[in-house]
Amino acid sequence: MIAIRDLNHDRDGKPTLREIDLTLQSGGVTALIGPNGAGKSTLLSLIARLIPLQQGQIMVDDLQIGVCANDVLARRLAILPQASDAAPLLTVRELVGFGRYPYHKGRPTAEDDEKVEAALATFDLLPLAERRLDTLSGGQRQRAQVAMTFAQETDYILLDEPLNNLDIAASRSLMRTLQDLARNHGRTIVIVLHDINYAAAYADQIVAMKDGRITHQGPAVEVVTEAMLLEVYGTSASVHHIGDKVVVAV
Amino acid sequence: MYPKRLWWLLAVLCLCIALYLGLGARGNWGFVLSFRANKLIALLLVAISVSTATVLFQTITRNHILTPSVMGFDALYLLTLTVLIFILGGQSFTQLPEIAQFIVNTLLLMGAALALFGTLLRRGGHDLFRMILTGIIFAGLFRSVTSFLQRIIDPNEFMVVQANSFARFGRVDTELLTLAAALTGAALFAAWRMRHRLDVLSLGDESAINLGEAPKSGMFQVLVLVSILVSVSTALVGPMAFLGLLVVSVARQITPVISHRILLPSAGLVSAITLVGGQMVLERALQSTMPLIVIVDVLGGLVFLTLLLRRKPR
Repeated sequence: MIAIRDLNHDRDGKPTLREIDLTLQSGGVTALIGPNGAGKSTLLSLIARLIPLQQGQIMVDDLQIGVCANDVLARRLAILPQASDAAPLLTVRELVGFGRYPYHKGRPTAEDDEKVEAALATFDLLPLAERRLDTLSGGQRQRAQVAMTFAQETDYILLDEPLNNLDIAASRSLMRTLQDLARNHGRTIVIVLHDINYAAAYADQIVAMKDGRITHQGPAVEVVTEAMLLEVYGTSASVHHIGDKVVVAV
Repeated sequence: MYPKRLWWLLAVLCLCIALYLGLGARGNWGFVLSFRANKLIALLLVAISVSTATVLFQTITRNHILTPSVMGFDALYLLTLTVLIFILGGQSFTQLPEIAQFIVNTLLLMGAALALFGTLLRRGGHDLFRMILTGIIFAGLFRSVTSFLQRIIDPNEFMVVQANSFARFGRVDTELLTLAAALTGAALFAAWRMRHRLDVLSLGDESAINLGEAPKSGMFQVLVLVSILVSVSTALVGPMAFLGLLVVSVARQITPVISHRILLPSAGLVSAITLVGGQMVLERALQSTMPLIVIVDVLGGLVFLTLLLRRKPR
């Protein structure tokens, strides 16, 4: 369970998060949505300790962010790094291997190697294992990074707008993978999404934010309404129900 | 595949060392060898210090173009040297025992290096061009102050500054060498111990945090090591300018990996081959007294320009 209490955050003297009180139960996919500048990414970065906490408290199960040692947290919670070109020379196997670093600190055991192979196999990366990252497509690179966080074996996986620069096939495949990780591997996924339709289609729960505050929380069918779109985004789009799915006509 | 290349490099280095020690040695072998061995150790020490410092610096700045020298460290060395002579006077500076000169130099440089690189990294962040620009402006500033001071001091003192302004391997004495070897040895050992953490740090701040490393403290530790390595080697023989850039770029071609387990030895070997081999060819084969560093600078400068112009846009 991720429990956030009385969280306030300022950036450059401007308030970005105000009085956030949020509880995310373990399991399932939670999508954070909201207009640009709502504070979604800041919230995610705070949970992932990428930026230091200013005020308030974040607990990941029994571990308190900002107090708990970095490497202990790295075995509990992972954030998918932005699809960067920081390490174009890495092969896919080396990248996935870094997922085991919090456990072996540079000296992989046979068990670590097995887990890397298992992660490669789970994500169909074995044929690409020796390829360098700069020779892969955006979708393949994203898949390799998810495989790395999979190998990291954390209960919680956070992702910040992972669908940027992905086409529809790669986006759907990534979202299905995440759904599968939540349902069949017991992981808790928290993901910042721009596209409400992806959030509505794949997330078990949606948290909507506006101006640094949380405005809605609940299952997609309850949260995604015409009233919510008007209130949060200031746009009047029509919402349709197809079977048990909800779709925003854009 | 890459460990094999390291063995090849080691073989080439051994050949260079053997030729350097043995070629053209006449008369009393014991005397010749001990004389040359001293110089050889200085060459190896400086080679490995400079290459390691460059690799570390490039890891924390996350680019393959910047080196401590390019960021204004050499200009800073000249400035400290000039200020020292300006304050002490040329006479008392040259009369200082060499070991005292060395210690004062090293300490001043280490403090200055930490201040310089710390400022650059904190202010410039990871914006490469901003860092290059700041480095160039700092270097320009240091040079202006240096030449201003050099105009004030009298010609004799100016000669002392000039004599110490270029890297020279001829004048290293044994006592100094032992001290320098101990210092750099400790720093090199610490860098080697950090090799796995360096791999993680080179992935970027966010990835490093995700994997449980603290980038800020890692960066600080690396900066301390870099300043020890560059200060000791510069105080020992003088500024090395483009040597680091040249040898690390070549090492990255020979072993194109990010793993510091491979990269650190590879860069050290290439660097040692460049210095020992180059010195051997200059001294023995060409019978030339031209300082090796002049050639290294020309080549290194060309590499720097090529890297800068061919850099892929991010």
